Amino acid sequence: MFELLAYGDTGWGDELLAGTAMTVAVSLGAFLLGQVFGLLGATAKLSGRRIPAAIADVYTTLVRGIPELLVIYLLFFGSGNLLRWFAGLMGLDGYFEPNAFTVGVIAVGLISGSYSTEVIRGAIQAVPHGQLEAARALGMRPRQVTFRILLPQMLRFALPGLGNVWQLTLKDTSLISVTALAEIMRTAHLAAGSTRNPFLFYSTAAVLYLLLTSLSTYAFARAERHAGRGVRRA
Amino acid sequence: MDLTLMWESLPRLLGGAPLTLQLVGLSLLLGLCIAVGLAVMRLSRNPLLSGPAAAYVFVFRGTPLLVQIFLIYYGLGQFPALRESFAWPFLREAYWCAVLALALNTAAYTSEIIRGGVQSVPFGQIEAARALGMGRMQIYRRIVAPIALRQALPAYGNEIILMVKASSLASTITLLEITGIARRLISQTFAVFEIFIIAGAIYLLMNFVVSRVISLVEWRLTPHLRRAT
Amino acid sequence: MKKSLTVLAAAAALAMTASVAQAQGSKIRVATEGAYPPWNATNAAGKLEGFEIDLANELCKRLSAQCEIVAQDWDGIIPSLQAKKYDVIMAGMSVTDERKKVIDFAGPYASEPTSFAALKNSPLLKGSFAERVTLDQVDGDEQKSIDALKAALKGKTVGVQVSTIQANMLEKHFPDVSMKTYDKIDSAGLDLVAGRIDAVLADRSAAAALAQAEGGKDITLFGPGFTGGVLGVGVGAGVRKDDAQLKANLDKAIQAATADGTIGKLSTQWFGFDISIKK
Repeated sequence: MFELLAYGDTGWGDELLAGTAMTVAVSLGAFLLGQVFGLLGATAKLSGRRIPAAIADVYTTLVRGIPELLVIYLLFFGSGNLLRWFAGLMGLDGYFEPNAFTVGVIAVGLISGSYSTEVIRGAIQAVPHGQLEAARALGMRPRQVTFRILLPQMLRFALPGLGNVWQLTLKDTSLISVTALAEIMRTAHLAAGSTRNPFLFYSTAAVLYLLLTSLSTYAFARAERHAGRGVRRA
Repeated sequence: MDLTLMWESLPRLLGGAPLTLQLVGLSLLLGLCIAVGLAVMRLSRNPLLSGPAAAYVFVFRGTPLLVQIFLIYYGLGQFPALRESFAWPFLREAYWCAVLALALNTAAYTSEIIRGGVQSVPFGQIEAARALGMGRMQIYRRIVAPIALRQALPAYGNEIILMVKASSLASTITLLEITGIARRLISQTFAVFEIFIIAGAIYLLMNFVVSRVISLVEWRLTPHLRRAT
Repeated sequence: MKKSLTVLAAAAALAMTASVAQAQGSKIRVATEGAYPPWNATNAAGKLEGFEIDLANELCKRLSAQCEIVAQDWDGIIPSLQAKKYDVIMAGMSVTDERKKVIDFAGPYASEPTSFAALKNSPLLKGSFAERVTLDQVDGDEQKSIDALKAALKGKTVGVQVSTIQANMLEKHFPDVSMKTYDKIDSAGLDLVAGRIDAVLADRSAAAALAQAEGGKDITLFGPGFTGGVLGVGVGAGVRKDDAQLKANLDKAIQAATADGTIGKLSTQWFGFDISIKK
């Protein structure tokens, strides 16, 4: 039975490994994109301005209220039109088509970003106001206050939450298999179908995901320790 | 955008709502029962109890629900021994496979929510209860459970919303709930946007109702935090 | 750490821009499902293979174009064509009036009857049926076969792939049968073996492939070979409606490849018999 997992052209081992690399690549891309959306969303929500805050609210409510599968489907079929429209606006008249990888990153990134928005917003609010005041009193410029005081402290508060968002992102990439991107899930699905051995391949997929999630749990624990190095513990 | 098509697809998509609600309701109920057991095991000082519970939570939180659904539906169906066992009348049905997968999955998350709630109960409160001469069960029923419930409610509300969304994955194992019907309608009309937008709106509405109900319950449970008017 | 992040971001940016490709010209992008053997499948080396892969390459060669064959889930194969993710569908897709409302077809290049499959010990196998049933002109013998199947299938569950002519056929001609739809035909095969469904309805060759697959030794075909009516007029290459030039080119190439026996040869190689269109 295990020869089905062989490495090389006779087994699915190398395909699953390539699928794992693809899962990691999509997850990383989506998570990073999600951080951009998250920072923008959190800033908009905390800006005190009505329109940006409303846009950010609509974004998080929509994306968190609709099943991930639907978000991915909608983007997969719609992203081409959207991109072409955008390219038209920029005066580019070409034939633009995002590939499955890009669509996957954008779709999962949007989902990841909606959760990150709330995490980052909470973390920014958790930074004591006195710290920012003190920095300003010392004559720091707004940029300096943001990069030297706010962000490093925010990161410490945000890390546990972002760890959860990362795990969510990693698992949500399993849903982009519907776009035929050869990540873990699609490879397992194809292998299960063609070898008639679903149990073996879906359990292998589960083990691969477990490996990824436990590795990242460890990485985030280390990052948390690093970010909290200046904090005194009781 | 074809508005007539959207309007016509609405009743057909709503036809899938009862199944979606059933899947969510049943799996939440079943999941909650399993979760209580898991949380009790997890909070125990005996490693023979807390170990397996921790492993369960690790596995079910560390893998995508889609894998769990496929593993239960296609994976288990592969074994002739299982197909002849008492469990087959249930596992034969995609419906029960979906309920089982969703329940096992939510149980892992819910048990952590319960554990967090119980651990958030200030020790002073328990000490005070002991000082008043309350028994163990009494302390659990009158002190720990109400405080933990209040603490855990917002997180559990999120979990319910996640389950409403997760139920859409049942469409991948032939069930015709809202997403399943949407996919079938798309296969007949090829109108991806129109139909998925309506389906998305139905889910959004469901989740809106869930979050309103949860905040209402939260409000009822926290009279002490309300400002006197 | 910082450096690796920059590298990563750069790599991601590169991956994204690389995808903004200029299409058309001499490149034809063909989509297939990659899960419908022997028409098209994904092998253990992770590569696409099958009758339609070879045929697509052959047609591209005749058009002196470069072929780029991509896999796409069956579910979204028509919407993605409309979204211009590729230019041609070659995925065992039959030419039907319903599909012609949204896309055009070049060809057809092959034709296969539709057949039921069930487990060898199934009571469904007991009846005797006509060899062929042409759904748009049913004669007395054929009607008898349909009625016998209707009676035998009453209350039974039949699996089909979603959005196929077989699904349409069940809905139209066997309305009393409860239908289960799968996104891949392999999954229907798994459920047939598991006993969750009583029969599968598919292209004869795809149904036969279920029986030949690992663990499929208990599967067998039964009943008549259905053609005509909702089943359409054979398998063609789907193109967008506004792509008249590509359709004309493909039509020409398919005709030539049919006439000189190339399609027949490829068919025999993959199916064991000739399913090319004969005049």
